[in-house]
Amino acid sequence: MNFSNADIAAIWLTLQLATTVTVVLLIIGTPIAWWLARTQSWLKGPVSALVAMPLVLPPTVLGFYLLLAMGPNGAVGQLTQSLGLGTLPFTFSGLVIASVFYSMPFVVQPIQNAIEALGNRPLEVAATLRAGPWDRFFTVVLPMAKPGFITAAILGFAHTVGEFGVVLMIGGNIPGETRVVSVQIYDHVEALEYGQAHSLALSMMAFSFFVLLALYGFRRTQGTSHMKYGA
Amino acid sequence: MNRSMPTNNTNHNDKLIHARFLFTPPSASPQAFTLDVDIKIPGTGITAIFGDSGSGKTSLLRCIAGLESADKGELCVNGDIWQDAQTCLPTHKRPLGYVFQESSLFPHLTALGNLKYAMKRSGKVTSPDFYEHVIDIMGIAPILSRNPHQLSGGERQRIAIARALLIQPQLLLMDEPLASLDFARKLEILPYLERLHASFNIPILYVSHAMDEVARLADHTVVMAQGKVVAQGSLADVFSRIDLPIRFHEETGVILQGKVVERDKQWHLTRIAFSGGELWVADGDDELDQSVRVRILARDVSLALSCPDNSSVLNRLRVEVTELNDDDTAAMSLIRLKAGDEYIIARVTRKSVARLAIKTGDLLWAQIKSVAVVR
Repeated sequence: MNFSNADIAAIWLTLQLATTVTVVLLIIGTPIAWWLARTQSWLKGPVSALVAMPLVLPPTVLGFYLLLAMGPNGAVGQLTQSLGLGTLPFTFSGLVIASVFYSMPFVVQPIQNAIEALGNRPLEVAATLRAGPWDRFFTVVLPMAKPGFITAAILGFAHTVGEFGVVLMIGGNIPGETRVVSVQIYDHVEALEYGQAHSLALSMMAFSFFVLLALYGFRRTQGTSHMKYGA
Repeated sequence: MNRSMPTNNTNHNDKLIHARFLFTPPSASPQAFTLDVDIKIPGTGITAIFGDSGSGKTSLLRCIAGLESADKGELCVNGDIWQDAQTCLPTHKRPLGYVFQESSLFPHLTALGNLKYAMKRSGKVTSPDFYEHVIDIMGIAPILSRNPHQLSGGERQRIAIARALLIQPQLLLMDEPLASLDFARKLEILPYLERLHASFNIPILYVSHAMDEVARLADHTVVMAQGKVVAQGSLADVFSRIDLPIRFHEETGVILQGKVVERDKQWHLTRIAFSGGELWVADGDDELDQSVRVRILARDVSLALSCPDNSSVLNRLRVEVTELNDDDTAAMSLIRLKAGDEYIIARVTRKSVARLAIKTGDLLWAQIKSVAVVR
């Protein structure tokens, strides 16, 4: 396997993107999952459907609307421009935002399932032991739903590494900024550099295989399943 | 046993728990009742909240703990307001301990880790003496390093009770802590609960539908049916009533306080005196002069117009009929009898009532076939 500098830049960018997206998703996905797991509101159905939409939509659809929204004439674009941030498409930040939407269900659902499986009782017990809401989250929910969180992080990371359509719509193909591994492979193939394409493609295959292997191994040792789909 | 029977006195110096709740469980829940209670409970000793399943006793406990948000609620515990029209302390701000029906230990912590979870949050220093005392009373020293799943059901409940004690509560709530255990485990835990009662000066609300537990543990009782309180008071008062809207079926019976006055070595019997006379019971390990609690089931009491000298029944009491009422089956009657200052109940057939022409004010002989010392 010989990687060119461009290949290595693409791999590095991909890892950066996946890490950032995973961290962001764990932070914003957890409250969404918490709410979905515990609400009695009629909004639960619509919000669940919205979160799950990236599973069924072609990435181009999601990418198209995000592009419009974040573009110079879109609502988000207007906002970012008025804040002096310019527009987000074709930037790393834009890519992060798009990927957060795209990988959302893979993070929210395992956490939601884990919290649902936990039930209300451990939280009630903690409350009778004088634990406040944050205390309960960090000392009861987090440790007891840990397998769900780990599954969510692995799936969110792996799924972001594997995306292509959304990247192409939002990020384009800017070296060091938005050109991730999947796009780099596409470029190699376009340029008929099959050897280069093989190196990266095989690496991706190996990465995916070992990630999923690790995930299944982890699930077996935990003895519980918090995944509805994905892995 | 040095225990006084507090009265339902509304004097401000008295320890008192005043609870008023109106609560309709969410429609999804299986109970189809509205909890509507306004009670004053003594702020000392064990108060049993007794009733059939679905009578609202667990809902009442959960309202007191703040685990259910009542539509209307007022709660004052020994002078501290926990809930009224303006304020409603969330559960974690109420100085209570709660023992749940099924195992509630955190599975990701060891037994000791569960105890430390409470100690860390008690807001008070846990003195080594107090800690040792709790561990000792609950008999859990050898199992502290184990994980919850390595413990038996009874051991888990003992850890859970210790955990609730180590939070140093001003009120201990126990929701059928023995209901999830089999009979043998139940017998294993009851002595620990008795010791708990004797060792710690914490008022306890003890939800139960098991008469034997109530008879053994409680000082006072609140009887609930369909979300409402139908009777409350001392055990002797409440369980000697036959005018309640609910029936206790085979478990109908009274609880009397007596004193050991003689131990007959030859026949292995103990003589217990109470205001209405004397009772012979099978010899136990009760000391002379010891105060004991006995339970007389209504089905073990039969009635005669004259003193039956040729009967095998040892215990005969001169009693006065004060009240008659129907039992839950068409064949049976309940008869309330006064013996000294105490009451006992006889459960006899209606046919016998008619045959002996029993009516209020009659003086009869009650034959008691079996007396159980419960404590």
